[in-house]
Amino acid sequence: MEPFRTVKGIVLPIDRSNVDTDAIIPKQYLKSVARSGFGANLFDEWRYLDQGEPGQEHSNRSINPNFVLNEKRYTGAEVLLARKNFGCGSSREHAVWALHDYGVKVIIASSFADIFFNNCFKNGLLPLALPDDVIDTLFGAIKNEPGYMLEVDLESQSVVTPDGTQYSFDVESFKKYCLVNGLDEIDLTLQHKKEISEFEALHKRKMPWLFTDIS
Amino acid sequence: MSGKTLYDKLWDSHVVREEDDGTSLIYIDRHLIHEVTSPQAFAGLKEAGRVPHRVGANLAVADHNVPTTDRSEGISDPVSRLQVTTLDQNCKEFGITEYDMNDPRQGIVHVIGPEQGATLPGMTIVCGDSHTTTHGAFGALSFGIGTSEVEHVLATQCLVSRKMRSMRITIEGELRTGVGAKDLILAIIGEIGTSGGTGYAIEFAGSVVRELSMEARMTLCNMTIEAGARCGIVAVDRSTIGYLKNRTYAPKGKEWIKAQELWSDYVSDKDAVFDQEIRLDGKTISPQVTWGTSPEMVIPIDGEIPDPQSQSDETRREGWARALEYMGLESGTPISEVKVDKVFIGSCTNGRIEDLRVAAQVARGHRVASNVSLAMVVPGSGLVKRQAEAEGLDAVFTRAGFEWREPGCSMCLAMNADRLEIGERCASTSNRNFEGRQGRGGRTHLVSPALAAAAAVAGHFIDPADLEDKS
Repeated sequence: MEPFRTVKGIVLPIDRSNVDTDAIIPKQYLKSVARSGFGANLFDEWRYLDQGEPGQEHSNRSINPNFVLNEKRYTGAEVLLARKNFGCGSSREHAVWALHDYGVKVIIASSFADIFFNNCFKNGLLPLALPDDVIDTLFGAIKNEPGYMLEVDLESQSVVTPDGTQYSFDVESFKKYCLVNGLDEIDLTLQHKKEISEFEALHKRKMPWLFTDIS
Repeated sequence: MSGKTLYDKLWDSHVVREEDDGTSLIYIDRHLIHEVTSPQAFAGLKEAGRVPHRVGANLAVADHNVPTTDRSEGISDPVSRLQVTTLDQNCKEFGITEYDMNDPRQGIVHVIGPEQGATLPGMTIVCGDSHTTTHGAFGALSFGIGTSEVEHVLATQCLVSRKMRSMRITIEGELRTGVGAKDLILAIIGEIGTSGGTGYAIEFAGSVVRELSMEARMTLCNMTIEAGARCGIVAVDRSTIGYLKNRTYAPKGKEWIKAQELWSDYVSDKDAVFDQEIRLDGKTISPQVTWGTSPEMVIPIDGEIPDPQSQSDETRREGWARALEYMGLESGTPISEVKVDKVFIGSCTNGRIEDLRVAAQVARGHRVASNVSLAMVVPGSGLVKRQAEAEGLDAVFTRAGFEWREPGCSMCLAMNADRLEIGERCASTSNRNFEGRQGRGGRTHLVSPALAAAAAVAGHFIDPADLEDKS
């Protein structure tokens, strides 16, 4: 995983609450057995006017001109702004893969669904929550300023606007540590292999029926 | 010091180690696997040269992509087929037990776990599927995970996690006749909203919950995720133990006796303190129907489509207006006047035998209305299907004009061939009414099995009590 330090990027405003994972990446794309290649189908049903199918050529699809992502001014956006409960719904990590493939590195919202929030960190994306009034202010500012960019610094846990206003955000220290260093969580856990074995032995003594093999 | 909540007990008994900031390594007892969220995890495992830590902790099944029609020819969609055969190959390679598409025990992962006794009290249970909440009905700590975590569990039998806050939702009194667990959970979501439970582990308690059957408790816990909570739990009692006795993977003999003793402690202590408490009166809950594109957009069967202008918050007002437009509905219309095109009875929410019994009871002697182009019943598993057939429920359904299908997730998320066309309206016993969930442009109304069956025969939403009795 790429280490995450700072991102300064164009902000794509998705002015909705409860953006669900079905909207982020519709089910037909979950049939893929690969971990990449989802970017062209991010927000597929909002982004295109025709029905999308896996493996289809995207260049001749019918673009929805009214969907914000298709506006030229947001091309190359690396920061996504939304409202509360972003990423609600299914556990599909494909939603994060689609955002990642598209080029999104930071998602700012007033709140996130738990599973989606966790999935982001496993893929080098930073989901960060800011208060509702700040989110309101940011949506307003973007509307009036084409090319609006935000600078997000994970180390100092701050978001800086073009006029220099700074907002701080919270992030759990372990998640931050993994993200900043681009660490593989499985490697980290396997460093505790001995503790896991010891726990397992004790657990099995207490509740042997939990260790009946599924066969 | 106050006592422990059930969640505290489940959490504490699985912590392998804890960092200073509260980040913990927790041990996972059971890992359920399906074809959609696992291929990349197995690929990652192989790439890193790793093997599953404890093969026997895993149970796999193909459920999302499988056809619900005749399976003798296999899966016609090559993309779906590849995903299912990839699961078959991965399980074979690593020695993981899989109930493949033609196994009589095959079914929706959250139906077969409990059915096989692979779900037990006191366990930590995970699956790359948000509706893993279902297993909390057994006093287990169960939650959905992403694919990276699927790989993490395979490789280490652990997960990196942090303790959630605790919420108790107590429903006292009793439910009115015709009101079931689906109505209860929809009413709860309507009350607390789809992010009301975010960051919480929710325990359901009170006389109403104690009176619910295990299958009804599964329905309740299943949709906890739609209230934003990753896990929902119910304390262990005699119903729990009665359900599990003699199940394939449940303990037997002396272990069964010992397990029961231990399980009796999987309840919240009397003096336990929750971070949040919510109380509801069971008598006030009516049969529910969702009208919009989020499960919190829900009204009673005798209600009217609400007016977005009644909402003071601007974002909420716009969300409601967009939902009404998508759903093709107008404020003020009684929901009972809304006609349906299709009916889906099934899913991990409502695809168990009790659900099918309730639906069959309503459908018995009636005919599916002429404006309903498809009413389908999809059992949650092969064993549910067999049981239903032994009781003659399949005949009740088919005589009434319903289609009787093979088990799987089916039109809950339309990854197989079962789906809505643009603009079609569906009464569905599933769990999500998001835009496009059951097919692009499809309009989903979440209801109980009783209401779905009633909508099929009336052609519009109706309280089953208002149907003419033909049984």
